[in-house]
Amino acid sequence: MGILKVKKLSLRLNGKKILDNIDIDFWEGHVHAVVGPNGAGKSTLAYTIMGLEGYKKIDGDIIFKGHSIKRMSISERAKKGITLGWQEPSRYEGLSIKQFIKASANKKSNGIVEDVLNKVGLDPREYMNRAVDKTLSGGERKKVELASILAMQPKFVMLDEPDSGIDVASLEKIFDGIKLLKSYGSTIVLITHSLTVMKQAEHAFLLCGGKLVEKGMINKIEPYFEKECLPCEHKNVPDTGGADES
Amino acid sequence: MKVDELLRLANVDEALNDKGTAHLTINLNKVVSKNIVPGLHIDTRETKDGVDVNIVVDEGVVIEKQVHMCFGITHEKALQKIVMNIDIHKNAGISVLSHCIFPKATKIQHIMDAKIRVREGASYTYEEKHIHSMDGGIEVYPKAIVDLEKKARFKTTFELIKGRVGKLDINYSITGMEESVMELMSKVSGRADDIIKIKEGGNLIGKKARGVLNSRIAVRENAKAEIYNIMKASAPYARGHVDCKEIIQDNGVATAIPVVEVKHPKAHITHEAAIGSVDTKQLETLMSRGLSEDEAVELIIEGLLS
Repeated sequence: MGILKVKKLSLRLNGKKILDNIDIDFWEGHVHAVVGPNGAGKSTLAYTIMGLEGYKKIDGDIIFKGHSIKRMSISERAKKGITLGWQEPSRYEGLSIKQFIKASANKKSNGIVEDVLNKVGLDPREYMNRAVDKTLSGGERKKVELASILAMQPKFVMLDEPDSGIDVASLEKIFDGIKLLKSYGSTIVLITHSLTVMKQAEHAFLLCGGKLVEKGMINKIEPYFEKECLPCEHKNVPDTGGADES
Repeated sequence: MKVDELLRLANVDEALNDKGTAHLTINLNKVVSKNIVPGLHIDTRETKDGVDVNIVVDEGVVIEKQVHMCFGITHEKALQKIVMNIDIHKNAGISVLSHCIFPKATKIQHIMDAKIRVREGASYTYEEKHIHSMDGGIEVYPKAIVDLEKKARFKTTFELIKGRVGKLDINYSITGMEESVMELMSKVSGRADDIIKIKEGGNLIGKKARGVLNSRIAVRENAKAEIYNIMKASAPYARGHVDCKEIIQDNGVATAIPVVEVKHPKAHITHEAAIGSVDTKQLETLMSRGLSEDEAVELIIEGLLS
């Protein structure tokens, strides 16, 4: 059963169509991948579902649990249980990891920060009071992002390029986190162009040039993506007018 | 309001009751209590509008526990002028936490005029934490001239932890001799019609002298902030850095005027300033975790000023 449906979704940025009439049904409790080459519209799709500034003027609709969310603010969508893990998470001068995770936590119970830090492989004694700033490595920041999402226990989470900027050992922790989110009953969407990440999913949606070109079980999409998309020289470089698009 | 209530606001009861912790408590122009420890001398003279304070730390004496100074005013309207002369002798060390408590202020002026000498190899750390009323009727003028001798260290932070700024006008001037270290940090959040003016000057005249001037300011509603950071270096291997970050919201106005002057080819000063609204991506990240926009802005500012 679909928890979030994207219906005939189109988005124009600077007059160019970045998302073109996309229909996707994300099944509840499953791990999905949205795949495609750079510039295909994957991140834009996630930003649009999250309702970020500059990604709100859409055609079509986004339905969450039977209700349209397209007029809702980011906070309202998040309060319904929708969230986004960023490809390059923000850094905050002076804000401690403890404050950041607590702010995200669905239940403000004692020990939640320690619990989620342990789950992503960061020692709470070492990390709790560190700032979410530039002193964290890319991998550490990515783990803190995942820890905050685990604390939130979202119903629907999109992870944008979860493998970007991290080493192999850290990637295993990210994958463990994805399994944990699934065990909570979260629906997970992995935004990726990596075969390794794609393999964590059960279903995949393949985007190219802002259009949905293929969908299906991962064992169907993965060989297609590997054979057709990776060697393809077709350029997906829409003019996003400076909007952040991977 | 009684002095006890004032001190309770600053949460210093424990320190003031500890005989091993030196302290000085002043209400308006009266010395309320004082405790000294070996090697530390605090002499006071009450004046019409305040108190003159002389502080000396003997050569080689390192005061183990942080010294507490409480400058408060229980009245709603008053002028308090504190004149301080501080002399930290050779290889001595002291850390002072100053509580400036004006919870009832509707029309108060608090003037601090300090001359500080940190002699060779000595260290002076000064934290100033303010508690103001929400009325905004306070004007605070901390002024200090600091001389750092060879290998001396001076570190100071200014922080408003509660209440409204009112009008704040900080004016610090520090001169650093050979291998001295100066580090200044101001953290202030203004709202309503608060006015924040910070002028910090670092003059690195000794070989290998080092200095950092940091400001973290947030202005909301109709508050205004002007930050003048002046760092000069005129000796070989002197190193300085000026770092000013200001967040503005609503009709707030922030100005940063950094002046960097290098007069020796082997000296080096860097500078960075960022003024603007809260970063959109930072904001959207917190909102995507369920915080409202206002809650997210608060948290970002809280972090910046922490």
